[in-house]
Amino acid sequence: MSVLLIAEHNNKEVKPFTYNAISAASQIDQDLHVLVIGFNADEVAQSISQVPSVKKVIQVDNEIYENYIAENYTSAIIKQADNYSHIVCSANTFGKNLMPRVAALLDTSQVSDIIKVISSDTFLRPIYAGNAFATVKSNDPKKCVTIRPTSFDPAPTTGGSAEIVKADAADKTETTQFVKREEIKSDRPELGTARVVVSGGRGMQSGENFKLIQQVADKLNAAIGASRAAVDAGYITNDHQVGQTGKVVVPDLYIAVGISGAIQHLAGMKESKVIVAINKDGEAPIFSVADYGLEADLFEALPQFLSELNKLNTIQK
Amino acid sequence: MKILVAVKRVIDYNVQIRVKEDGSGVVTDNVKMSTNPPDDNAVEEAVKIKEAGKATEIVAITVGEEKAQETVRKALAVGADRGIHVKVDGIIEPLAVSKILQKVVEKEKPDLVFMGKQAIDDDCNQTGQMLAALLNWPQATFASKIEVKEKSLEVTREVDEGLETIEVNVPAIVTCDLRLNEPRYASLPNIMKAKKKPIEQINVSDLGVDTNPRIEQIKVEEPPKRKAGIKVANVEELVQKLKNEAKVI
Repeated sequence: MSVLLIAEHNNKEVKPFTYNAISAASQIDQDLHVLVIGFNADEVAQSISQVPSVKKVIQVDNEIYENYIAENYTSAIIKQADNYSHIVCSANTFGKNLMPRVAALLDTSQVSDIIKVISSDTFLRPIYAGNAFATVKSNDPKKCVTIRPTSFDPAPTTGGSAEIVKADAADKTETTQFVKREEIKSDRPELGTARVVVSGGRGMQSGENFKLIQQVADKLNAAIGASRAAVDAGYITNDHQVGQTGKVVVPDLYIAVGISGAIQHLAGMKESKVIVAINKDGEAPIFSVADYGLEADLFEALPQFLSELNKLNTIQK
Repeated sequence: MKILVAVKRVIDYNVQIRVKEDGSGVVTDNVKMSTNPPDDNAVEEAVKIKEAGKATEIVAITVGEEKAQETVRKALAVGADRGIHVKVDGIIEPLAVSKILQKVVEKEKPDLVFMGKQAIDDDCNQTGQMLAALLNWPQATFASKIEVKEKSLEVTREVDEGLETIEVNVPAIVTCDLRLNEPRYASLPNIMKAKKKPIEQINVSDLGVDTNPRIEQIKVEEPPKRKAGIKVANVEELVQKLKNEAKVI
């Protein structure tokens, strides 16, 4: 039995969640190989070879992989799949897009978004927006699994020296063309891995008012999140959305401002260590998951919160 | 162009689900059911494309028990032309659904297949990508904008980093995000008209597809409950609690 993990990267750097996925994959089986599919991605392969739990790195390098087109990635993975009992990657938009395509070609029923490895064939996964947990056992001879990165600690990144083996590229798809990618650059911590997240909802009333959130986030070195309502209303871009169909976050501190707390939003944040809710509606469901609830008008509370934070001598980073 | 739109019947998104005491699943008896929300976006997009004169026919399909037909009927009421109901009882995994859809696609020969990106019950997010693989068609997942060109689609996809745009040749599979459009409500006259539109029933056994589950659901349980929190009186108290009690700032 060996596990093949599909690395997520941008051809230069390993995406942080790959290390969480490595942790999960090594819990499935110790014989863990990582497949780095990319273009001019030698640095990525090097970085991954230094992860102590990785036994081997397989690098497939070709210009057709520059933009992570799922069809091209899938062919490259299928070429390697014979040697492995499990194929694993993160359950973020990268893995969600890719893994089912692989699984179908292997005639495997995929296990999506696991939060715990119980044994090599049995996993825990949330269903119904995390309102139930299902223990599931895969009976397929070859298993395809995506893992929820925030449910596993990242693997140590240094100290190992796995061999890097080059493998040939597979066929290129002629039917999908990459056009462009609009990444929102920010100096803030990434939403998925930030220690503190400050999120705004429909209660913010406008995109302009998100400045109040930004000021608090700056002070706390926090990432900025949002409810679907706020994204739908155009207050903020989609990459900030927390929830069932957005990102799942588990920061040490999650501050929900003007968010009512729909089931779908709670699905993305209720595992956070400490939750603060600021909302003027005392009956809002967000208070049911909040450790500290403040029933107040956010337009008064946020400036006060900022000034109280400014009074503190030190703030943990 | 002909568009096939797949819709799934799920527990309504507003329902707080309950786990069965015997751990065999969640309670579905006497619970409000509706169409999986992003599937509504898929139907809406197909209808908009047809209204723009770029599609000739919309066929709505569902796979499920008898009552799953309701979701097809709803799609017919907002503009689909005819329906297909593949009747199957019990748990059916995305792999099996995609094999069923593959058979129907081979018969119906649509140019496009639309569906929601994820069902809000099992949260699998698999069927569209699997169908694309089985048909060897391109896939455009998590679509928040679709531009129909002559023989291709330009699709903007919502990804973790922001937005990505790809061009896929037709025939293609698109899985739809909630922000793709604003699904319309069916008018009463259209609901009445939809009752006369045909829904073809197909027994899954006639398709020759293996639908046996590959995954055993061992148990379903409630997630651990959070301990009840407190309400603070004002901002000063909040900051003190965060600093001295929770020790997170």
